[in-house]
Amino acid sequence: MKKIWIITKRELRSFFDSLMAYIMIVLFLGFSGFFTWISGSDIFLVNQASLQTFFGIAYWTLFFFIPAITMGLLADERKSGTLELLVTKPVSSWQIIIGKFLAAFLLICISLALTFPYYITVANIGKIDHGAVWMGYLGLLFMSASYISIGLFASSITSNQIVSFLIALFIGIFFHLIFGIASSGSAGWFAGILNYLSISTHFESMARGVIDSKDLFYFLSIIFFGLIGTELSLSKRNLSN
Amino acid sequence: MEVSVENITKTYGFQKAVDGISFKVKAGEIVGFLGPNGAGKTTTMKIITCFMPPNEGDVKVGGISVLSDPEEVKKHIGYLPETNPLYKEMPVIDYLRFVAEIQGVQKEKIRERIVEMIQVCGLKSEKYKKIGELSKGYQQRVGLAQAMIHDPDVLILDEPTSGLDPNQIVEIRELIKKIGREKTVILSSHILAEVEATCDRILIVNEGKLVADGTANTLRKQAQAKEIVKVTIEDGDRNQIFQALQKLETVELVDLLPQYTQSYEVQSKPDASSRRAIFKLCTEKGWTLTEMTPVERKLEEVFRDLTITN
Repeated sequence: MKKIWIITKRELRSFFDSLMAYIMIVLFLGFSGFFTWISGSDIFLVNQASLQTFFGIAYWTLFFFIPAITMGLLADERKSGTLELLVTKPVSSWQIIIGKFLAAFLLICISLALTFPYYITVANIGKIDHGAVWMGYLGLLFMSASYISIGLFASSITSNQIVSFLIALFIGIFFHLIFGIASSGSAGWFAGILNYLSISTHFESMARGVIDSKDLFYFLSIIFFGLIGTELSLSKRNLSN
Repeated sequence: MEVSVENITKTYGFQKAVDGISFKVKAGEIVGFLGPNGAGKTTTMKIITCFMPPNEGDVKVGGISVLSDPEEVKKHIGYLPETNPLYKEMPVIDYLRFVAEIQGVQKEKIRERIVEMIQVCGLKSEKYKKIGELSKGYQQRVGLAQAMIHDPDVLILDEPTSGLDPNQIVEIRELIKKIGREKTVILSSHILAEVEATCDRILIVNEGKLVADGTANTLRKQAQAKEIVKVTIEDGDRNQIFQALQKLETVELVDLLPQYTQSYEVQSKPDASSRRAIFKLCTEKGWTLTEMTPVERKLEEVFRDLTITN
């Protein structure tokens, strides 16, 4: 546990030292703030005291930002050779992976925490469904964790950050969009499976304030498989390096 | 802590990088690992440091196997990889703290260890700078400092002095020697003089196999079965001396050395010495023998003989 925290701490600090974290936070707040309050079908247009608009925007911004955060986590260590340094220290590959996962996850938590003023503002304007808001945030966290896990896997199989970014987006787009579209284009049990595989199905039900064990199981399995894949490719290091 | 490498083999695809290497290194011993590029030095070191497991065989560090308990082995090893990878964006002092923490150095000792390493490795004026801003020599020192920060029992250094200036090389060699009194040190190098100056024992590997193991002197002797002496004889006719030397029973070959007209290089037959005979010859003929020195083969030649196969 202590070792995991040491790795998380270093990773978080390097996010902030490299300005990555600030850029990420500013862009995220900028995008989500602009579309939530100023442009498009913003809160005033919808004329309801709810954060649905914000969740819809965050759903897309996080999808693009998370691969940008995770792309360097392992790919860069592989490229600069520091991976060799790290794995020859008395830490297991699981501790390295969980440590890096947590660092990215904490960065997302910080970004989301900074959107609380939106919540407070809307709650002051009208009657808001507090349950739905908290469930929406929880849904965003679960979704982020899933994409971090996919991004970490993408980062573990290459030493090129751009390739890692693209692989993460490529895998992510299936869960984010393609399964959903494909399910509406097909029928029967197959459509059911595709619908279940689509992140938006689970996210939307959570953002409405409903939580189901099916949704939890879905997110946790994506996280689990992503991390397992990362572990496998990390322990097979002798092939590539 | 004893490091014992037991018949390890490592294959990359079809190529055997390490082919059945075995050796033991005791505590208080500095062992130099020599070999041409791609001989398997770095691979062997990567196996000892648990970076990757061997395909066959085992390595035991202080009796603990790298296959069954790598986590425990890693605690006792300090490792400086060949490429000296570092987190370039971190300041030196933060980086050393990170490595100390991850190596499990006790919290109250971390500060003391960092101060000591900064002093030992001469990083005092650079400690707040980012590692990426340092020159190659200073980066190498940071690499050494991180390898030694947890006071390891076994130190594995892959080309520790590359990129250092001559003064620094001398300093680092002294440091390695000092550490080597109590600890087990395995270092690799291309520079033969360095290995000869720092190491108690030399291992030469070629094409994945161990081809020599011993001190610099024994290696030289092994490679040099025939005695060669350089003699300078004055007050005599050059041709006469040359012929007389060649007629000696134990002599196999005499070379005239052109630049010193009075000097000859005399090679004896296997397992024979001609030094007494040469001296007697000179007294008989009334020549003056002004020099007789055994010609030692350089370690470079030994190395070349052992590693050039065709």
